[in-house]
Amino acid sequence: MLLEIKNLHASINGNEILKGIDLHVNFGEVHAIMGPNGSGKSTLASILAGREDYEITEGEICYNGKNLLELAPEDRAREGVFLAFQYPVEIPGVSNTNLLKTALNEIRKYRGEEELDAIEFLSLLKEKSKLVDLDQKFLSRSVNEGFSGGEKKRNEIFQMAVLNPKLAILDETDSGLDIDALRIVANGVNKLRSKENAIVLVTHYQRLLNYIVPDFVHVLYQGKIVKSGSKELALELEEKGYDWIKNQKEEMPV
Amino acid sequence: MNQRKLTFKELCLKGFEEFEKNLNGEKNHPVHGYRKKSIQHFLDSDIPTIKNEEWKYTNVSFLSKERFEISTKKSDFSFDHISKFLFDNLEHNLVTFVNGVYNKNLSKLLDIQPGVQILSIAEAIKNGNPLIEKYLGHLVENQNNFFTTLNSSFIYDGALIYVPDGKAIEETIHLIFYQNSFPTKSLIQPRNIFIVGKNSQVSILEHYVSDTDTEYFTNTVTEIFVDENGVLDHIKLQEESLKSVHIGRMDISQKRNSIFSSHLISTGAKFSRNEFNSRFDGENAESTLNGLFMIDGDQVFDAHTLIDHAVPHCNSHEHYKGILQGNSIGVFNGKVMVRPDAQKTNAFQENNTILLSDSATMNTKPQLEIFADDVKCSHGATIGKLNEEAKFYLKSRGIGQDAANAILIHAFASEVIKSIKIEALRDYLEKIITRKFN
Repeated sequence: MLLEIKNLHASINGNEILKGIDLHVNFGEVHAIMGPNGSGKSTLASILAGREDYEITEGEICYNGKNLLELAPEDRAREGVFLAFQYPVEIPGVSNTNLLKTALNEIRKYRGEEELDAIEFLSLLKEKSKLVDLDQKFLSRSVNEGFSGGEKKRNEIFQMAVLNPKLAILDETDSGLDIDALRIVANGVNKLRSKENAIVLVTHYQRLLNYIVPDFVHVLYQGKIVKSGSKELALELEEKGYDWIKNQKEEMPV
Repeated sequence: MNQRKLTFKELCLKGFEEFEKNLNGEKNHPVHGYRKKSIQHFLDSDIPTIKNEEWKYTNVSFLSKERFEISTKKSDFSFDHISKFLFDNLEHNLVTFVNGVYNKNLSKLLDIQPGVQILSIAEAIKNGNPLIEKYLGHLVENQNNFFTTLNSSFIYDGALIYVPDGKAIEETIHLIFYQNSFPTKSLIQPRNIFIVGKNSQVSILEHYVSDTDTEYFTNTVTEIFVDENGVLDHIKLQEESLKSVHIGRMDISQKRNSIFSSHLISTGAKFSRNEFNSRFDGENAESTLNGLFMIDGDQVFDAHTLIDHAVPHCNSHEHYKGILQGNSIGVFNGKVMVRPDAQKTNAFQENNTILLSDSATMNTKPQLEIFADDVKCSHGATIGKLNEEAKFYLKSRGIGQDAANAILIHAFASEVIKSIKIEALRDYLEKIITRKFN
């Protein structure tokens, strides 16, 4: 098993956001985590990547045989965890190429691999940029600076392609995209999908799942996974809306 | 017998008497009249205190207890001391001053175009070069400024660069002021004059360096004249002893259609104060003042600028950045003055500082004084830490804490450097930043 989340409770500034999450992800699987706004989807994604704003009050996360919560964010990335940010950060003065070169070499160093030489690195960038239709000129531009919303999201998937993670968490990568950009992003993700990795899609909308077909769909509501199922669950949600889940939850006996 | 210690001013006066004795035949030179007038003004003025608004955050009172000796002696060092400060091995125009005195052996001037003059002020005075009388002291106000009058009292050497009308000099003129002051503590006072003629272009690097931790006091004054349609790229770079004091002043007069750009890049000294006064004397001129200072420990660095829009249709851009570590103290005081007649002025001013430690202090005072009504002006200042969100983003890509910090600091600093046109010099500056933060 690649990822095993057991009874995860997390809070921020004393407010409990996650109230006992259980999730199992195997190699080769795509999981979609859906839910209304404020249900804790992005919190879960952030905690997996190692954002330090949250306090883990209970539970554990086992990733590829390791205790994920004990690893620093950079070590998680070096172990193969990747978060595509909901709001990718603009970093003036740091080029995309420089970011990826430093990142890739730090990851390789951690794994005891040799650094890529300039030619190998540039041909890797060229190859991967095609996956998301990213113009070569973006490579020398500052990270996300002045990028449109769609370009930022494409850039996240491009970085994922270059860093080749085992576990990719895509946090609302579909939000704010028009249909063309959505297709490009989804296409890129589909090409990266393999037996050697797993993808967790965090999304508010079913629309993305028409393009990236998940193996499992989970519904997160008020900090708990209240329903899990196959891709049909997403369609059912689309049809009935989140109120269906909310009402069901209220009906559930305490 | 209990002998009273001489004050800084008394010491300077004593130094002046000795200085005068050694001038021999030059006493009748008009420059000496200027010196004598200046020492009078100097004696009438006092070391500025923090009660003076222009020195509010910068306390120079420690100077009154220091003992410096006026440096006019020629001293020799091997080229190895200089070569590490070259940004390019193929430099054509290198002029070296050791402790303020021109050193021919450590200089080289290749292929100077006819009419162009690159020489030492001492030589120019000795030879009665008419440029001295025409330009010396014409820009800097010589009264009520303690340090300027001190410099003017002891004018001895420095660089005189004259580019006549219609000449473009391709190779950067690199002035190295190499300081190595032991066992005496020297007071080193270079005086520079740069004149750029009509339709001419030149780039000048004023480079203050030391590869020692000796104690000395550099008090330098540079006067710059850019004539109509002239272009001057000026870079002042400070890589000095961490026990030294540096007070520098640069005044610029720009004629119609001229373009002046200045970059002040500094790793500081024990105490540094850099004053730039830029004045538009003709319409449609453009001035850029950029700066980057990186200080640590107990260093004090003060950047003090004035851009005077005295006439209409001129543009000025000013952007200063500071990176402060340790207990260091930074000051930015930038004033942009738009006078009543200066309509259609564009003036932009910004100061950004990153504090890398909790005990570093930054004082910033961007000032805009507008007396015209049809202008576009803005100013602003930020003081902060490295962006946490950007840091997390880098870490989430596998980049460790130290490397992430280095990348962000470097990116912050590089913004100032990238507008320098000389590529080899940009590389040299990038290396300084890398050495400092990686």
